[in-house]
Amino acid sequence: MAIYSTNEFKAGLKVMLDNDPCAIIENEFVKPGKGQAFNRVKIRNLKTGRVIERTFKSGESLEGADVVDVEMQYLYNDGEYRHFMVQDTFEQYQAEQKIVGDASLWLKDQDFCTVTLWNDAPLAVTPANFVELTIVETDPGVRGDTSGGGGKPAKLETGAVVRVPLFVQQGEVIKADTRTGEYISRVKE
Amino acid sequence: MGNTWQPSCSLELLRLRARVLRDIRCFFTERDVLEVETPLLCQGIGTDPQLEFFTTSYCLPPLRQTLFLQTSPEFAMKRLLAAGSGSIFQICKAFRNGESGRFHNPEFTLLEWYRVGYNLSQLMDEITELIALLFAGQGLEPPQRVSYQAVFQRYTGLDPLVFSYQDYCAYACGEHIPEAVALCGHDHVLWLDFIFSHKIQPLLGANALCMVYGYPACQSSLARTHAENPAVSERVELFIKGVELGNGYYELTDAVEQDKRFNGEITIRQHCGLPVPVKDQRLVAALAAGLPDCSGIAIGLDRLLMLLSGVGSIDDVLAFPVGRA
Repeated sequence: MAIYSTNEFKAGLKVMLDNDPCAIIENEFVKPGKGQAFNRVKIRNLKTGRVIERTFKSGESLEGADVVDVEMQYLYNDGEYRHFMVQDTFEQYQAEQKIVGDASLWLKDQDFCTVTLWNDAPLAVTPANFVELTIVETDPGVRGDTSGGGGKPAKLETGAVVRVPLFVQQGEVIKADTRTGEYISRVKE
Repeated sequence: MGNTWQPSCSLELLRLRARVLRDIRCFFTERDVLEVETPLLCQGIGTDPQLEFFTTSYCLPPLRQTLFLQTSPEFAMKRLLAAGSGSIFQICKAFRNGESGRFHNPEFTLLEWYRVGYNLSQLMDEITELIALLFAGQGLEPPQRVSYQAVFQRYTGLDPLVFSYQDYCAYACGEHIPEAVALCGHDHVLWLDFIFSHKIQPLLGANALCMVYGYPACQSSLARTHAENPAVSERVELFIKGVELGNGYYELTDAVEQDKRFNGEITIRQHCGLPVPVKDQRLVAALAAGLPDCSGIAIGLDRLLMLLSGVGSIDDVLAFPVGRA
């Protein structure tokens, strides 16, 4: 694997730190006029999702991490593992719930998502930014309300709960933003 | 390429820069400080192990010579002082290899001036007046003067002049910078750089000029050590809003001591496998001939413009930063 010097730490670069794969978020060059140059780096641990700050001497280096994001189709859940497939190659991967994490709340069979592979094994799963899902449970709304200040909780077929306007009914399909967990609109079939 | 032919700063900033340059020239002209120019291309270069220089190749067949782009005009200006120029100032480009970031561009503009007969305290008075002129209307609070030791102790509880490995490590772990332990080890100077730049500097001069003086002697290669306290040097650093703006000295005039410090730094460079520069013998000769008692300081004008205009990156005040040069 390639070695990267602090000068090459750009946002998005994947490196190994403390034996875990990490992604660089931010890299600030800190140098007193008369003194040692440092790089203050904000970095996300891709296993735990935690963001930490770490300082390096300028010129130090880290080993690159073999981490790639691959678009895959979510196939099914066998109770223990969730199964994914790369469309072009039919290559299949399985990931335990611990790795899928909260993404499972948005994953519907056959939908596409991003699976992050580390050394060819799933490391994390990210749902598509926008998903269209059916409401399976919500209180009956008030007729005539078109936007609604408050809204109400609605449970989606995959398990996620989002706040929807009062006029949105059970059984309807809505579009939601998985990054914020927010309702976007109704989807007309 | 896209639109990278265009300047990265606004036209308004070009005008601000022009105004600042004019104000600085007026300030020094009124005080009878002589404006000078010295070469950017030099035969000798600073030996500071923390400053990487650019090397160029001068070809005048059959002559082929290595010339360096200056990291600061300090040596040449001191030669003028030794030749009897009296107080002088210069606005010029300086070059530092490998320095690039939000506050760094490898080529930048310096204001450097020397005052014959001034001690550090008198120099700080003049710095205060210049900053007051340039920052007029910006609502800065009155300037602060604080010793390195006092400010270090205030923010960390540690004594910067006495190295206690255990205390420094305990501080680092308590402050969530445990990597400092492995990074700095038993290197006192490195610890000071690390802690000062991460934990102290960002807090200096919140809305004022903060002048920190009395740096540990181990950190300054061109300043005099304090007459009564050899543990500190006659050096001052300027900070506004946590940004390092300038560095000044009550200048070392002892040629033998200067030569010794150059040799010491060259040894460190050799030890670290860094490029070994050509020592500036002409500076040493000038000091031997007699440098008048003086104080001098360099201020980074690009950062000063950043502070004046409130932009977040040095690229926003440069017409063409290195990526567009």
